[in-house]
Amino acid sequence: MRFSGLKILKEGLTGNKGWRPHWRDPQPKSEYDIIIIGGGGHGLACAHYLASQHGITNVAVLERGYIGGGNVGRNTTIVRANYSLPGNSEFYSHSLKLWEGLEQDLNYNVMHSQRGIINLFHSDGQRDDFARRGNMMLSQGDDAELLDTEGVRKKLPYLDFEQTRFPIFGGLFHARGGTARHDAVAWGFARGADSRGVDLIQKCEVTGIDIQNGVVTGVQTSRGPIRAKKVAMMGAGRSSQIADMAGMRLPIESHVLQAFVTEGLKPCIDHVITYGMGHFYISQSDKGGLVFGGDLDMYASYAARGNLPLVEHVVEAGMTLMPMIGKAKMLRSWGGIMDMSPDGSPIIDRTHIDGLFVSCGWCYGGFKAVPAGGHVMAHLLATDQYHPNATGFRLDRFRSGVGIIDEEATGSQHNLH
Amino acid sequence: MRIQCPICGSRDRREFYYKGDALALKRPAPDAGAEAWDDYVYLRDNPAGWHSELWQHEAGCGAWLVVERNITSHEIRKVTLAEDAT
Ligand SMILES: Cc1cc2nc3c(=O)[nH]c(=O)nc-3n(C[C@H](O)[C@H](O)[C@H](O)COP(=O)(O)OP(=O)(O)OC[C@H]3O[C@@H](n4cnc5c(N)ncnc54)[C@H](O)[C@@H]3O)c2cc1C
Ligand SMILES: [Zn+2]
Repeated sequence: MRFSGLKILKEGLTGNKGWRPHWRDPQPKSEYDIIIIGGGGHGLACAHYLASQHGITNVAVLERGYIGGGNVGRNTTIVRANYSLPGNSEFYSHSLKLWEGLEQDLNYNVMHSQRGIINLFHSDGQRDDFARRGNMMLSQGDDAELLDTEGVRKKLPYLDFEQTRFPIFGGLFHARGGTARHDAVAWGFARGADSRGVDLIQKCEVTGIDIQNGVVTGVQTSRGPIRAKKVAMMGAGRSSQIADMAGMRLPIESHVLQAFVTEGLKPCIDHVITYGMGHFYISQSDKGGLVFGGDLDMYASYAARGNLPLVEHVVEAGMTLMPMIGKAKMLRSWGGIMDMSPDGSPIIDRTHIDGLFVSCGWCYGGFKAVPAGGHVMAHLLATDQYHPNATGFRLDRFRSGVGIIDEEATGSQHNLH
Repeated sequence: MRIQCPICGSRDRREFYYKGDALALKRPAPDAGAEAWDDYVYLRDNPAGWHSELWQHEAGCGAWLVVERNITSHEIRKVTLAEDAT
């Protein structure tokens, strides 16, 4: 089933009875060339690119819950390429370019909206730092523009500029940054993979990884054993449990991140705004809800819900920055489990077990990385070579100390990134 | 979430600073080798259950605490002073 304007018109006039499920519900086969553990954004994108770019279709994605139930359906959907360190810089730049062609590639409306991101700054020192970051973005081939207070005021007249704690000195504007509809991204990649023959198997929890003489041979699941030549661990917040099945310890600590949405309002916030000093960021969804969030709850957690002190903190910061949102009623809040790495950057690599691969450490920024994360992982699985835009994400960088990518220079404490 | 500080009693989570796995108390010898230091600085068990971790009663007595907490249910079963653990 392909989407087109004509088809939507026809279905609209005939009671929308012609739509079909976007993917099959297959039984697991006894063996696959490649098994992907985790049907989140990264696992689904990897499956799509394995099939579409490398012609490898004897692939299964095993998902313990349902497609879109993990972080891919829980995030605040910000898509950007404003990283500054080698390793990250070329990777996120690659990802943004994939985003820009994604709807054509998938024939799916992921509602990618390049509405622009403004990172606010509040001191001379921070201005220098943001100017430097902007220059890094320009030199990686992406866009950035430094706005002064008046420049920000023109775009965001409703902010409280003279607030006593953090008066607004300006902002770094990234015009190609924006948002996308998170569920649609999962669904689009799922359909792309399924339509090329990949089996998406839901309600199938991996409970063991079979290894013989240092070579992976398959997995044990809640729906029986399945053999495979290669296995990719792409379980995001649950990465440590999956790696543990292969006897591995990962440099990951799992933390909860919360997000919030208000009732639907008429369009009032046109951009993505980040207020780093208050740990607050916001955008408005196409449905009209104000979608906002802040920092981690800061303690390790596997509960996909957060605690009240953080709710209070985020809302206080929001009210400081834009008092007008105090009139909106908060509709829902939720949490997701983040695979926090010790340098804040991801891991996409082989392991010491032959045929076993890992992608994790997505922290709270793995949604924008979905297209590139899937793309470079597919490249690694198919060719056994690192993709040129993902050579830095080595698992052994921590042990060796060479090539650590600590974007925020906060050191090795997992929750500080 | 409330934490029972052995010195100050039951206090709100907001008074405490979270450091991470209590493995931080088991610092290897300087010459223990890359593997031992990797285990200490970076690698984590990260269990979906009981976890022994370091918190500081930052806005209270300032003591470092070892808290045994279930990181799925947030239940706390034991809190001791870190100085007793080392
Ligand atoms: C509140 C919040 C806000 C965020 N905001 C942003 C943002 O604005 N921008 C951004 O770039 N990123 C953001 N993120 C981060 C981003 O959502 C994640 O980094 C990213 O989605 C993780 O990759 P994924 O989609 O593959 O993960 P997931 O969707 O979590 O996929 C992993 C899947 O693995 C499955 N799984 C786990 N264990 C097993 C097993 N044993 N067997 C089978 N399946 C298993 C899980 O059920 C899950 O579906 C945010 C996250 C949260 C929670
Ligand atoms: Zn105390």
